[in-house]
Amino acid sequence: MTRSSIKIRAQINNGITTVKALISHPMETGLRIDRKTGQPIPAKFISNVTCVSNKKVLLNSQWGVAVAKNPYVSFKYSGGSIGDIIKLFWLDNTNQSDSIEAKVK
Amino acid sequence: MPLNKQFNKDVCSSRRLFLKSTLSSTAITLAVSSGLLFPMQAFASWNEVAFTAKNLQTAIKSVLGSDLSQASNKISIKTPDVVENGAIVPVTVSSTLKEVSTITLFSEQNNAPLVAQFELDKDCNAYISTRIKMSQTSNVIAIITASGKNYSTRKKVKVTIGGCGD
Repeated sequence: MTRSSIKIRAQINNGITTVKALISHPMETGLRIDRKTGQPIPAKFISNVTCVSNKKVLLNSQWGVAVAKNPYVSFKYSGGSIGDIIKLFWLDNTNQSDSIEAKVK
Repeated sequence: MPLNKQFNKDVCSSRRLFLKSTLSSTAITLAVSSGLLFPMQAFASWNEVAFTAKNLQTAIKSVLGSDLSQASNKISIKTPDVVENGAIVPVTVSSTLKEVSTITLFSEQNNAPLVAQFELDKDCNAYISTRIKMSQTSNVIAIITASGKNYSTRKKVKVTIGGCGD
């Protein structure tokens, strides 16, 4: 894979690091019908997203199908410093996964 | 509904294998700190019962262990009052509560009300911003677990076109 499915940015301001991530993913609910074939489009959604920095799990989340397509998530934490590596992982219900690393700016 | 059954079946079969390798949160920290490059094991298990529950109370109970929560004015939910397209509803939850460990989001009238659960480290601010799908006009409910207690607040969002593909 040449391009990551994740875009991430972590910026520090007044001691608080804001992490913003955008994941490119269809987030299919399994309820939609393919109009051409009349068959339901199988569910494909991200179930787990974890964000780690300095060997510490900052965010550990479980998602259902009701998270919007191409999910966006943002959170804030204190105690980060410029140059810290922040990693984000996702896993979907078809066991597909991806991860990315970024530096805190 | 046959469609729902199909959906549950899809979800269940792929989840079952994964659930077998469930680890506790202590194990997560260990797995990460031992320097695994891709900590697949670090992912928490997926709460299948809660995410497929059709009823709000059942969903709340199975994800939080209790359906008791205290209404709190220390939590704020920021969403548009009216959205044209329920497929993308921006939601920002923040709170002045201390020792927040989880933020759980529900959309009351969705086919499965539980949207997502975020477990936050103690260094994290009580803040989560994301985008959710809403099938119709209903309340967005945020339940925050702080110092072992559940606090909730809700906000009504009017949806013009539903966003769950039905």
